[in-house]
Amino acid sequence: MNKYNTFEKILIYSGILVFMTFILLPFVEMFYASLRPLDHLFRSPYQFYSDDLSFWAYREMWNTVPMLGRYIFNSFFLATSVAVITLIFVIPAAYSYARFKFPFKNSSLYILLAINMFSGAVLLIPLYKVLRTFGLLNSYQAMIVPGVAFLIPTSIWLLKSYFEKIPIDLEEAAFVDGASRVQILRHIIAPLSTPGLVVVGIYAFIGAYAQQFLFAITFNQKKEYMPIPSGLYEFIGYQSVKWNEMMAASLVGIAPVLLVFIFLQKYIVEGLTAGAVKN
Amino acid sequence: MKQKLKSYNAQTYLAYALIAPAALYIVLIVAWPLLETIRLSFTNSSLAGEDYVGFENYQKMLSSKKFNGIVTRTFVWMFFSVSLKLIIGLIGAVLLNANLKGRSIFRVLVMPPWVVPIAIGMLGWLWLYNGYFGIIAGVGMRTGILDGPFGFLAYKQSAFISTIIADVWVGTPMVTVFFLAAMQGVPRDLYEAAYCDGASRWDRFFKITLPQITPVIITMSLLSAIWTFNSFEIIWILTEGGPRGATTTLIIDTYKQALGNYKFGRGAARAVVVMILLTLFAGFYLALLARINKKISHE
Repeated sequence: MNKYNTFEKILIYSGILVFMTFILLPFVEMFYASLRPLDHLFRSPYQFYSDDLSFWAYREMWNTVPMLGRYIFNSFFLATSVAVITLIFVIPAAYSYARFKFPFKNSSLYILLAINMFSGAVLLIPLYKVLRTFGLLNSYQAMIVPGVAFLIPTSIWLLKSYFEKIPIDLEEAAFVDGASRVQILRHIIAPLSTPGLVVVGIYAFIGAYAQQFLFAITFNQKKEYMPIPSGLYEFIGYQSVKWNEMMAASLVGIAPVLLVFIFLQKYIVEGLTAGAVKN
Repeated sequence: MKQKLKSYNAQTYLAYALIAPAALYIVLIVAWPLLETIRLSFTNSSLAGEDYVGFENYQKMLSSKKFNGIVTRTFVWMFFSVSLKLIIGLIGAVLLNANLKGRSIFRVLVMPPWVVPIAIGMLGWLWLYNGYFGIIAGVGMRTGILDGPFGFLAYKQSAFISTIIADVWVGTPMVTVFFLAAMQGVPRDLYEAAYCDGASRWDRFFKITLPQITPVIITMSLLSAIWTFNSFEIIWILTEGGPRGATTTLIIDTYKQALGNYKFGRGAARAVVVMILLTLFAGFYLALLARINKKISHE
């Protein structure tokens, strides 16, 4: 029943082609632009063909924006810190939701979902004032502290579903045999939940990497703490934009995240969709 | 032994203690700022200080024609963006669900717009939309649709449409992936039975697939409505709400008032409107979720 005739195949593949063009065109164009000399890019109307493609922009970009390396480091540092701190808060909470019954359990889980809907933009005003009061504006913390808050809810939901998969009998048996709670945590739960922790950690990392921009432009004006998404704007000069170098730097900035995601996409997608697509 | 197990599984205080750090964090960074926003909306807070002004911010805001325009614009923008995400997402999911060679690669290739930081993806769109040198204007000029350079982000109407398209680009992958997951959860024997009864591919789609994935479609429409409503970076990077306010949505206006002009009070009043609307959406979403869960547990 799943056989397609030639006509249907052509139809489906051309549909996919159109769909994929929409999705991938910006990336393809970014890559193509990064390979072309600037004076080829500045021709109107658009030239489809360039004969001297090179990786020159990937070398030159470090000179044009001398702090580029620092921005990339900042992005990684911020995203890693946010992911680690998120995990520290989320692991005990998710375990508790997965294992215990207590009053307000379900309602508080739904409140977590609702919190997800308040984007950073609405809360920026009081957050700005709070960070200013504590003298945290223009620092790494200014971007880490709000970043963690917006990743906690989804991470709890994700990790909870991993913890729920660990059979409770294992824990109970160990407990009856006299193992302490800490021993159970170390010898049973930790090893069994490692894959879940990795997925949630990666999710938090990607999320933190993506949300940096808003916090960075609002709470930080110091160059030395700037993450790559805002650092890229330095390629926009007074007279012209160095498009080829900006695109090269953009791709270098996103490549690591993209690679991590491609390797782990199966697990992340399974975890994320499991909640919404339950049977 | 039973007694002992009971003590292992029913320790409410421990349950709360484990949740406490995360809960406290959220209260401090999300819940308290929400309340603080409400308080600020009744003040004329700025960098200089603040005084209580009652409903002045609200009166000014609601009586201004500009603000009413912004609310309408937000909903029009949202309507087109969400509808397109759902339609394109559904078509995409159907195409990628077809049992053909290469589909596992295509499934990975749809995801980049979702994963890549929006701020970086939008630089790509800025280049595509470039009126002189961009590929879209270039194709338009070469095919004669455009009779010269055309800055897509420079005119009111085209900027409005261009920001919607960029938003659809960011949102579609997630919708596609969720629809696809739902389609694969549809029990195979339903299709096999229908196939034996001689149902055509069309029939199978409209009579089995679509009804089966309806809960997910509804959930995704609400979720994308919420995210689209919250969308900030896309418009901010492409147009900063311009030209002449043509792409200024509620979120953009809130940001501009509060952190562009440092008029925290006025910004907060707008943020409260955003919060009320979001609470309505969230209420809908949670009620619906509870209903779907109930239905599932009943079956």
